Amino acid sequence: MIKALRKAVLLIVLLGPLSALIAFTWIAPAVLTTFLSFFDVGLGLQLRPVGLGNFYRILYRDLWVPQILQTTVIYVLGVLAINSGFGLVLGILTAYFVKKESVSLFFRTAWLLPRMTPGVLYVVLWMWFVDTRYGLLNAILSMLGLPTPYSWLLSKPHSQIIMIAINGYVGASYGMIIYSAAVKSIPTDFFNAAKVDGASDLQIVRYVILPLLKWPILFVTAWQTLSLLASYEYILMVWGDTARQANVEVWALYTYDRAFWLYDYGYAAALSVFLVAAGLIMIVLYMKIFGFRRLMEPSRVEV
Amino acid sequence: MVSVTLENISKYFGKVRAVENLNLKIEDGEFIALLGPSGCGKTTTLLMIAGIYKPSKGNIYFGDKIVNDLPPRDRNVGMVFQSYALYPHMKVFDNIAFPLKLRKEPKDFIKKKVQEVAELLKIEDLLDRKPSQLSGGQQQRVALGRALAKEPNVFLMDEPLANLDAKLRVIMRVELKRLQKRLGITTVYVTHDQVEAMTMADRIAVLSNGRLQQVGRSEELYNKPRNLFVAGFIGSPPMNFVDCIFVEEGDEAYLEAEAFRLRLTDSIKKILKENARSSELILGVRPEDIIISERKAEGSFEAEIYAMEPLGRDVIVNLRMNDTILKMMTSSLFKGAVGEKIWVRISLDKIHIFDKKTEFAIL
Ligand SMILES: Nc1ncnc2c1ncn2[C@@H]1O[C@H](COP(=O)(O)OP(=O)(O)OP(=O)(O)O)[C@@H](O)[C@H]1O
Ligand SMILES: [Mg+2]
Repeated sequence: MIKALRKAVLLIVLLGPLSALIAFTWIAPAVLTTFLSFFDVGLGLQLRPVGLGNFYRILYRDLWVPQILQTTVIYVLGVLAINSGFGLVLGILTAYFVKKESVSLFFRTAWLLPRMTPGVLYVVLWMWFVDTRYGLLNAILSMLGLPTPYSWLLSKPHSQIIMIAINGYVGASYGMIIYSAAVKSIPTDFFNAAKVDGASDLQIVRYVILPLLKWPILFVTAWQTLSLLASYEYILMVWGDTARQANVEVWALYTYDRAFWLYDYGYAAALSVFLVAAGLIMIVLYMKIFGFRRLMEPSRVEV
Repeated sequence: MVSVTLENISKYFGKVRAVENLNLKIEDGEFIALLGPSGCGKTTTLLMIAGIYKPSKGNIYFGDKIVNDLPPRDRNVGMVFQSYALYPHMKVFDNIAFPLKLRKEPKDFIKKKVQEVAELLKIEDLLDRKPSQLSGGQQQRVALGRALAKEPNVFLMDEPLANLDAKLRVIMRVELKRLQKRLGITTVYVTHDQVEAMTMADRIAVLSNGRLQQVGRSEELYNKPRNLFVAGFIGSPPMNFVDCIFVEEGDEAYLEAEAFRLRLTDSIKKILKENARSSELILGVRPEDIIISERKAEGSFEAEIYAMEPLGRDVIVNLRMNDTILKMMTSSLFKGAVGEKIWVRISLDKIHIFDKKTEFAIL
């Protein structure tokens, strides 16, 4: 009896701070947001219950939602393709194909640069890069004899391409680091065995590296999906309040706009709930694709 | 099947000289063991034959064709890795089938072949499992199976028994040897275990520090070691080495050591006088070549029993004479007590003599 009590006390002491932290930073905001989503919140923060009114509004009444949903899907899938897909290519290239450590270190550092650059500076560099008259991008395009758009930022598809590029370029290094570390942790014997078995380098990637990178791929993809769903900072910095016209307003930015420009907190809360739900659905989907049961087993980087 | 010839092979990793000027011809169908201590370049040599590493210098021939620039997949070698290197995400069946699949063999051929190999190695029941669900011995068989399924011309094994327990190792030694003879595949077998090398291989190549020390059948290496390294590496317990000086007094010749003086026969004297470049020598005596004599006699020495190491059938008696300790192997019928003094002699016709500087055998 006393022993059980002791154990309970110990548990509370050990896990208490962490639980409190989780409760404070995760659960409380989630509960609060969900709570708010059932109200109409006025400027003076007075609450007027509207039941499912906010959700009804999102699904049937809000004229912007279809466009924003479409932009969000393009944004998430596009950036994901770069972050997780191109990151994978970079990771495998630098960790497997480039045998010289100094060379691959150089490449990895180059891809880390945007991460190390302050966000504002990064955005300014991009705006200079895509500037219609003085930008490097158009200069290169016209040198190659390719058509240059009137503007890279004003309308889609160019604006959306830039949206994906800005976010993908800065995000690819994350996946690259994880993937290259995972490739490096594969014992060389596997590669040698596969070569003796008759595999070419590409076949080694296909039959040995990719299957062994299953968990890192799942992890990076899930992680990036969640952060992408919630991110809008670079879009906001580049486009400001022209985002909607330029067709680059994503769900998170729309939520931000509703909450902090229109002070429509209740409606913004409902939009957030949609975002969280979308994230959860995506996670469940990934686990289904990658096999949930295996995820619960120990070793993640399989070797 | 082919013969494999290594001609002046060297492999450098930056400053590390992993293999240095290796010459070795492995006959068609021969089972050769590469024997040497850790880090002597065994795996590196094997990987060069497999085509994973390119030799820094020298040529490798399969038959009479130079294969230096041939990628691994065009060499048709089968290899068992020290770690087995079974692909963890593939079932046993797919592991064994992998080389055949890469060769684009038809599906039913692959199935038939895998079945055949599985029967040979008695792993038919394991085909549906993942490597992580196998014991060490089973993994080893699967690794063998993967190497054999492609019907290789050359079979390379890197310490395949190192991870097995002692009993299984003894069984697998025999199994592997029989399998090799039955299939007749030219085989290079890497090990640091002299017993494995001596019991299994047709010939043994002893390596040390990336250099070939000696090649030969086990009894050649045992009875006629070319240098101090081979003499000390082959045989268990190892050969006794005693620093000594060659002296002549009138007609007689002696090896004079710190603890004893050994009178030499005329024939040994003659060989030493003709071949020794300095009088500083090392005497090598195998533990079984030290013999107990009943009483003090011509050529016998008195020694104190320092320790006894019973092995069941035999016993290793550690003998002390002044500061010299010699290991003697004798029947466990010998009853002696630690501290007791006994008389022993050395079989003169079995001794080895090495030059102290060059470490090469003179006798
Ligand atoms: N890829 C490599 N890069 C640098 N040095 C290496 C490499 N492979 C081997 N070496 C070095 O070459 C030497 C020989 O290594 P090798 O693996 O051939 O030894 P080994 O005889 O197989 O040893 P063990 O019995 O421990 O497996 C060692 O000194 C090792 O450190
Ligand atoms: Mg080795």
